[in-house]
Amino acid sequence: MSRARFDVKSYPGFVQLTVLCLLILYLPLMVVAVYSFNASASIVNWEGFSLRWYADVFTGPESAKFKLAARNSFIIAITAATVATAIATLAATAMIRGGRFRLRVLSLGLISLPLMVPEIVTAVATLIFFNTIGFERGTLTILLAHIAFCIPFAYLPISARMQGIEDTYEQAALDLYATKRQAFTRVLLPLMMPGIVSGYLLAFIISLDDFIITNFVKGAGVETLPTAIFGAVKQGLKPNIMAISTMLVGFSIIMVTVSYFVGKKDN
Amino acid sequence: MQVSDGTDHAIDVRKAVKRYGDFTALKSITLSIRDNEFFTLLGPSGCGKTTLLRMIAGFEDVTEGEIFLFGDEIENLPPNKRPVNTVFQNYALFPHMNVLENVCFGLEMLGRGKAEARRRAGEILEMVQLSQFSERKPSQLSGGQQQRVALARALAPQPKVLLLDEPLSALDLKLRKAMQLELKHLQRETGITFIFVTHDQEEALTMSDRIAVMSAGEVQQLGEARDIYERPENRFVADFIGETNLIDVTVKAKDGSRVLCAFDNGLTLTCDAVPGIGVGQSGHMSIRPERMKLHQEMIEAENFRARVIENVYVGTDVQSILGLDGGMRLTVRTQNSDRGKARIFEPGSDVFVDVEFGSARLLAH
Ligand SMILES: Nc1ncnc2c1ncn2[C@@H]1O[C@H](COP(=O)(O)OP(=O)(O)O)[C@@H](O)[C@H]1O
Ligand SMILES: [Mg+2]
Repeated sequence: MSRARFDVKSYPGFVQLTVLCLLILYLPLMVVAVYSFNASASIVNWEGFSLRWYADVFTGPESAKFKLAARNSFIIAITAATVATAIATLAATAMIRGGRFRLRVLSLGLISLPLMVPEIVTAVATLIFFNTIGFERGTLTILLAHIAFCIPFAYLPISARMQGIEDTYEQAALDLYATKRQAFTRVLLPLMMPGIVSGYLLAFIISLDDFIITNFVKGAGVETLPTAIFGAVKQGLKPNIMAISTMLVGFSIIMVTVSYFVGKKDN
Repeated sequence: MQVSDGTDHAIDVRKAVKRYGDFTALKSITLSIRDNEFFTLLGPSGCGKTTLLRMIAGFEDVTEGEIFLFGDEIENLPPNKRPVNTVFQNYALFPHMNVLENVCFGLEMLGRGKAEARRRAGEILEMVQLSQFSERKPSQLSGGQQQRVALARALAPQPKVLLLDEPLSALDLKLRKAMQLELKHLQRETGITFIFVTHDQEEALTMSDRIAVMSAGEVQQLGEARDIYERPENRFVADFIGETNLIDVTVKAKDGSRVLCAFDNGLTLTCDAVPGIGVGQSGHMSIRPERMKLHQEMIEAENFRARVIENVYVGTDVQSILGLDGGMRLTVRTQNSDRGKARIFEPGSDVFVDVEFGSARLLAH
């Protein structure tokens, strides 16, 4: 039986093009990952497998700098993700359960606009903002900036989840004598939870990986992992940078994967 | 103090109006539902049944009018302050809670202790034969079982009135029939007033103590099943409930409580007079197909002469389509088990139609 079905694979060159795109996307990462296991200090010549650069990250001369930066990164990412997720959850509840209110479309646009604005613009704007109000740059400025740009990332999976929850569940809760608050905490919140976890992980990873905005708003002497790596690279590219980068990529992949599966989880 | 009218009505709806913008979904509904009654709101889709039910539950504002629950005015109370529970059309069971937790929810929200809530939930689950499923999540149950959980959850807090919005519409025919009996049984056992919404007239007739037939945001007729079926008050009710022959008639003469009606083709039939239609006025006549018998010879002066056009076998009955003078058509049903007594005539046969005394119903509008 031959069915005349449209199949994109039948386009000439489709497979080749796909492979090319994937190569362009992933080849640099592959090179970094492979050379992080290089036994020599060279970043171009392969001289056998070794974990020495991973050991160097934790015990080498630059280890103290990296450990401090990593600590900062995690503290900022956890705090920013937590605050951003809480705000995004409330925003999603208001947007989806608030009925039709004036400026609803505008609010929706405002929440997701930062995703489309070039990050460098946001970075400069944030810097100007902090300067204007006379806020001294440091860990707090990084944290505030991260909370702000994490909100849309946390918002998307949460609102997607919530859109699929019919309001009859809350009506049923009210009908069964729950107060509005109880209907929210006992029924709506648990149903939203997969979206919230997914949004949290996404916000966390976005904060952890951010470089541009952080670089602008950080004070002197405060480093996060991405800015520390950038600083180290300026001194010269060593394989220990590749080891850190590989670990960061691995961590990100795990988080995004978990986020994806939690978000998809059906109740 | 609450206004109490001293009646034993579970629900009194007084001149309730519901508007959505320019659209009037309910036009001044007034009805009383008695304590401990199985009351049905029946009507075609879009007539406002759900809207009325949701106003009683507290999910819709009442644009105008009042609603009383056992004499207490409730239309301004939020849903969680009304001792009324709902079985939702799609059940709305909490998917993250198991069956027992679902059934306990209302009791816990009312502040009953966990132990007491569990005991009561256990009882009610027993009543709906779901005890062995109490640890399951709703998604692990069949449609019929979910339906019973929804019932148990709504009955557990012992509401004064239970509202059911087309609860059986998602079930297949056999299960639906079984649930109809079970619901009726539960209503008797618990003594709770049920307000049941359906668009299925057969379901309404089998289950209800009383029925309010609705159309286009108005109550067309309110009464017991038998009243509604045998004494419809208007064309809509006669047509919506069961099958009927609707014939345009003109009233020719009146004799006490009886009137003589003429069809367009000149045939005449006497029936009970009804208010709102006098001599010389036209209206409709409703004759149920099963209330007519076919004979070879004329046995009454008012029998119509007709010819069998077609017979349709419908299991319990044979439905005969008859042609009368002037192109008029009538449908007559003859029970299959009656075969010995009431004959089925072959298509093409000439017959006489005998309308059972008292079963022709004159309708003013
Ligand atoms: N929120 C609403 N906004 C506008 N119109 C509505 C709304 N809810 C219901 N209606 C309208 O009110 C009428 C009655 O609806 P409903 O009570 O759901 O009917 P039923 O339950 O009898 O099928 C319908 O015409 C419906 O379109
Ligand atoms: Mg409805």
